[in-house]
Amino acid sequence: MGSNALHVLKGINFSVEEGELVAIMGSSGSGKSTLLNILGMLDELDEGSYTLDGVPIINLNETKAANYRNKFLGFVFQSFNLINYKTALENVALPLYYQKVGRKERQEKALKYLEQVGLKEWAGHLPNELSGGQKQRVAIARAMAAEPKVLLADEPTGALDSKTSYEVMDLIQKINDKGNTILIVTHEPDIANMCKRIVHLKDGIILEDKRVEQVRASQYV
Amino acid sequence: MFSRDNWKEIFQTIQKNKLRTFLSGFTVALGIFIFVVLFGFGNGLINTFDEFFGDDATNVFFVFPGRTTKPYKGYKANRQIEFENSDLADIEKNFPMFLEYTTPRISRSSLVKYKNESNNYSNRAVGPAHQYAEKTIMMKGRYINEADVTNRTKYAVIGRLVEKDLFGSDNSIGNYIDIGGSAFMVIGVFQDEGGDNEERTIYLPYTTRQLIEKNTDKIDQIIVGFRPEIGYVGAMAFDRSLTRFIKDKKNISPDDESGIFIRNIADQLKQNQQFARVLQIIVAFVAFGTIIAGIIGISNIMVFVVKERTKELGIRKALGATPKSVISTILLESVFITTISGFIGMILGIAILGSLGDTLKDYFITNPFINLTMAISATIVLILFGALAGYLPAKRAADIKPIVALRDE
Repeated sequence: MGSNALHVLKGINFSVEEGELVAIMGSSGSGKSTLLNILGMLDELDEGSYTLDGVPIINLNETKAANYRNKFLGFVFQSFNLINYKTALENVALPLYYQKVGRKERQEKALKYLEQVGLKEWAGHLPNELSGGQKQRVAIARAMAAEPKVLLADEPTGALDSKTSYEVMDLIQKINDKGNTILIVTHEPDIANMCKRIVHLKDGIILEDKRVEQVRASQYV
Repeated sequence: MFSRDNWKEIFQTIQKNKLRTFLSGFTVALGIFIFVVLFGFGNGLINTFDEFFGDDATNVFFVFPGRTTKPYKGYKANRQIEFENSDLADIEKNFPMFLEYTTPRISRSSLVKYKNESNNYSNRAVGPAHQYAEKTIMMKGRYINEADVTNRTKYAVIGRLVEKDLFGSDNSIGNYIDIGGSAFMVIGVFQDEGGDNEERTIYLPYTTRQLIEKNTDKIDQIIVGFRPEIGYVGAMAFDRSLTRFIKDKKNISPDDESGIFIRNIADQLKQNQQFARVLQIIVAFVAFGTIIAGIIGISNIMVFVVKERTKELGIRKALGATPKSVISTILLESVFITTISGFIGMILGIAILGSLGDTLKDYFITNPFINLTMAISATIVLILFGALAGYLPAKRAADIKPIVALRDE
């Protein structure tokens, strides 16, 4: 796996303030997912530095990375990545389990976040009993349950039709409205326009970094 | 590591992944089951073995006359040697420090009749001490005694099956049976662990048999019981001096191997025990192989399990699972499954062995059993090695970067 290492990012200087909603755009191969994975500590950087909430993220062993991920980051994936034998509620409660939150509190918190994404009554359902949009909402609830500093979403609407995409974006905007920092990787301009800032990547460098007038997703829902 | 949450997590994974649980559980249960059954069968073989050779006393020589092959002291070769009553007395006189008892045996087969029932039975004309040599167990009545020998009484001690054949459910004691034309009174019924043939035998006083046969004093064979305290070495020494004594008395060349024969049970027993030990080693070897196969099986399943769970583990890691918690999740699950199913297999195996009893006696397996300590140790070994075999793939899974694991489809 390490034998075909590729230099994807070639000098990126970029910082995100608290409460921002940033879209990272670019064609495939532009390095947008790699950037997100480094930010998410799912991948390692081999040069440069990365500071998250004043903590330098450097020389992490897996245990440390796991703890940081658990404390700082929430992930939303294109393919949802729910654990298929766990109910919606159990999926949402899982990061809390790794935070060593007590069982009862875990359940309550998970249910609270499921309610926020409007799926309280689906708490006992397995992922394969849910629609794509519902699955992504469960994934968002799971990412939020750990109360992370940053929410990282890799093509969160990539597997969804446009109506469902807007619903999910509406949810993300609402979460952002509460002051949460969110980074979204996408290649869909309409999704990017629903963010407050768009970063364009091409061939591993930042082509453009602009603030945009946010389009509210609620008008399409 | 052993918190309630952890266990709940494990139980859930087990419940939700029934096929996986079944596969690994089945392998382990089967491995232990086969081990227990095989080992039990091995013990059953040894039991059968002991039974075959255990029905006679072991401190006994059977002395048979033969035919000489060498001329000696003026006698020609090819002379039939015969034993007489005096030989018995001479042996008793010359080896008092070795001897426990002696008894002659004259074996015949005769038609035996009682009322309308008749059959051919082998009968042995013997002395009282024969009871110890054959380990004959009296069920009712008594065995032949010294008075019978002295008075040449026409008494017979019959086997359990002889009584069953001739008398049916009637009592045989005190009734007269016709043995080869002479009437004998039944004075006892015996049983013998040597099997049906032994229990279809009739014992008579040897002097009575000699009287019937034209008052001869010839005997077929001499059975010599020696003191068990002399041990194996003493028995072998006694064997040699007894051979020398009889050869000298009967004018047989000391280097003639065919004049007389001594069947030395102690020597045979030693060989048999060695054979049984070899059997035990073979069984242990096969059982050990089964355990190895079980370990390989569970290792394969662990590799498969980890492979199958790669993505799930990636998700867990992205959500903050540490490598340690990933390893402990996989290992605890596997140890839990192997422990439960290992003991199920063990108990099933023991139950099967217990229920078999004597039913496989035709295949030389009697009362198969396994020592519980052995069964439990084997199960624990399998569990430990299963955990060890699971640790390596679990460690590798824990070290996979979550991004790689997440990409796994």
